[in-house]
Amino acid sequence: MGKRVLTGRHFMLGDVACAEGALAAGCTFFAGYPITPSTEIAERLARRLPEVGGHYIQMEDELASMAAIIGASWAGAKAMTATSGPGFSLMMENIGLAVMMEAPCVVVDIQRGSPSTGLPTLTGQSDVMQAKWGSHGDYEIIAYAPASCQEMFDLTVRAFNMAERFRNPVLIMADEVVGHMTERVVIPPEEAIERWERPRPTVPPGEHFLPFAAGEDLVPPMPRAGEGYRIYVESLTHDERGYPVMSPEVHDRLVRRLNEKIRRAYDQIIDYELVGTEDAEIVVISFGSTARSARQAVRIARQEGMRVGVLRLITLWPFPGRVVEELSAKVRAFVVAELNLGQMAREVERFTDRPVFRANHAGGMMMPPELILASIEEAYRDAKGSRRQYASIR
Amino acid sequence: MPKEAVVSTHPLDEVLRADRLPHIWCPGCGLGTVMGAFARAMLASGIPLEKHVVVSGIGCTGRVPGYLKVDGFHTTHGRAIPFATGLVIVNPELKVTVFSGDGDLVAIGGNHLIHAARRNIDLNVICVNNFNYGMTGGQLGPTTPKGAITTTSPYGFPEDPFNLPHLLAALGAVFVARWTCLHVRQLEETMVRAFHKRGFRFIEVLAPCPVGFGRPNDMGEGLDEMWFYRRQAEYDPQAALEMLEVRMHKDSKVICGVFVDTERPTYMDNYEKYVLSKVAGGKSSAA
Repeated sequence: MGKRVLTGRHFMLGDVACAEGALAAGCTFFAGYPITPSTEIAERLARRLPEVGGHYIQMEDELASMAAIIGASWAGAKAMTATSGPGFSLMMENIGLAVMMEAPCVVVDIQRGSPSTGLPTLTGQSDVMQAKWGSHGDYEIIAYAPASCQEMFDLTVRAFNMAERFRNPVLIMADEVVGHMTERVVIPPEEAIERWERPRPTVPPGEHFLPFAAGEDLVPPMPRAGEGYRIYVESLTHDERGYPVMSPEVHDRLVRRLNEKIRRAYDQIIDYELVGTEDAEIVVISFGSTARSARQAVRIARQEGMRVGVLRLITLWPFPGRVVEELSAKVRAFVVAELNLGQMAREVERFTDRPVFRANHAGGMMMPPELILASIEEAYRDAKGSRRQYASIR
Repeated sequence: MPKEAVVSTHPLDEVLRADRLPHIWCPGCGLGTVMGAFARAMLASGIPLEKHVVVSGIGCTGRVPGYLKVDGFHTTHGRAIPFATGLVIVNPELKVTVFSGDGDLVAIGGNHLIHAARRNIDLNVICVNNFNYGMTGGQLGPTTPKGAITTTSPYGFPEDPFNLPHLLAALGAVFVARWTCLHVRQLEETMVRAFHKRGFRFIEVLAPCPVGFGRPNDMGEGLDEMWFYRRQAEYDPQAALEMLEVRMHKDSKVICGVFVDTERPTYMDNYEKYVLSKVAGGKSSAA
């Protein structure tokens, strides 16, 4: 057997760190389809999974990849796939299936310039709203945005744990810069890595068991196919027995539970980083590789005498709205910096009455700090009242 | 006056979810017959019921696993095969059957069908072919006979349909059979045979859909289509595969039988030989 956890200090590609994070978290099944700039994850796992008793399969497309990891999850595996925008679009329907079937799984999207085929080799952050709303219907998703190779490792471990804990698909919304850069990655000893497992039935097979009846945390225990519970798992609206029921009451109850199990766990799921916000008049909100540019822009702004801080979103979904609300009481304005034409800025606006300025680029390059700096200066100059300002798209 | 005979049990109680009956299928539909044959085949197979898993996609046939008292998964349209692929790779001990319709398996799921057959994944696929999309009300599909009337081919279907046994044999399926709903015993026996084989197995079952296909094409009701099968079905397992197209004309033959029954290494056999043998550790245990 190969080593599942490569404890030590490494100089490691972001995509590779993501693959190693999956292994460290206990991933035993990967189904995927090659797509730039995520392919290195598949390549690494094609080599590594068989070494540690897991299984890699390259499917015929992303529809199949997503379906296969849900099947694998119901067979008891911790399962993952990785893709980029075009493949992420193809996975959308079955991400909804994973939500409906409450199948723990991890989907990695290494974002590139979009829409359509866009810029295969160049970075972007324009799938972040798709991450939340891309599959049809009301659902809650958990999504993390790593900003370093270390976080590609750490947050992938965390994604698996969250998927297991809440029986929901969890997304890693990285960008090409983070996926393709190489940095120091420290992998802790195996025993120091926290691994969570899905809740399991407490009654033995054969006894009365309602597979979709949940306790207080709204997460039902999950049997495995073949264990003897002889369960029926539905993509249709279903009741606690798992049986399809075409009733508005059952539908409303199910959809509310699926959403509420994530919403009420906000504190367990949400993570963010605050830098220099104690005295800040302006706070730049950013995530992924763009947060690194935001850091640099804020350093320059501080040198120029402006009191500016950074809120780096580590969790994108559920949106960390409470921290935006808290900061709103203290700051004059926000600048939302992202490699798209203003997606998360809208979400920020839902949680503040302060003006929200934008620093945007459609993608293809890492966000230039100067572009964020210009928005900071604009915010500093113009944010007097509480009227929302819509800076022009740069 | 004869006394009313009340029985408290049914021979299939152990394998049917009686609390879900009656089923949703129309009068004259062939699905109940196919499901009954499958339920009896599961019992006759001697394989413990907890090892059976039935996976389906969307459509009338997609509802089958919901009535069977074994582990069942009703997935998205066309994706039953890749879902089942994930299940059976992680737990090769499972006896996984994909039970779905012609539209689900061959149209929207066609890409998965051909690749799973190529890989020789250990799956038993039962494709109930009723020549149309029944659930949505009788639209054309990839097996609709040329010239047939459906709600989306009101002038007659201008395309050539798939000849499924020919297709599956070409893809390398190790077991390829066709029966109709009339051939209940043969179907059940063929299903038991398929359960005891490894690799990608495919059984096409022709079934009446009087509402969607029968009436607009002068096949009449379900019973009339059964009479048609009785008149026109021919047992010919040696028939040339390219001759197996189903035309559904009043004088065209419906050729039935087990056309392919062979062996080749399964996906997992090849995975062990080409992958696991080259890594330290050896055996896969993805679960």
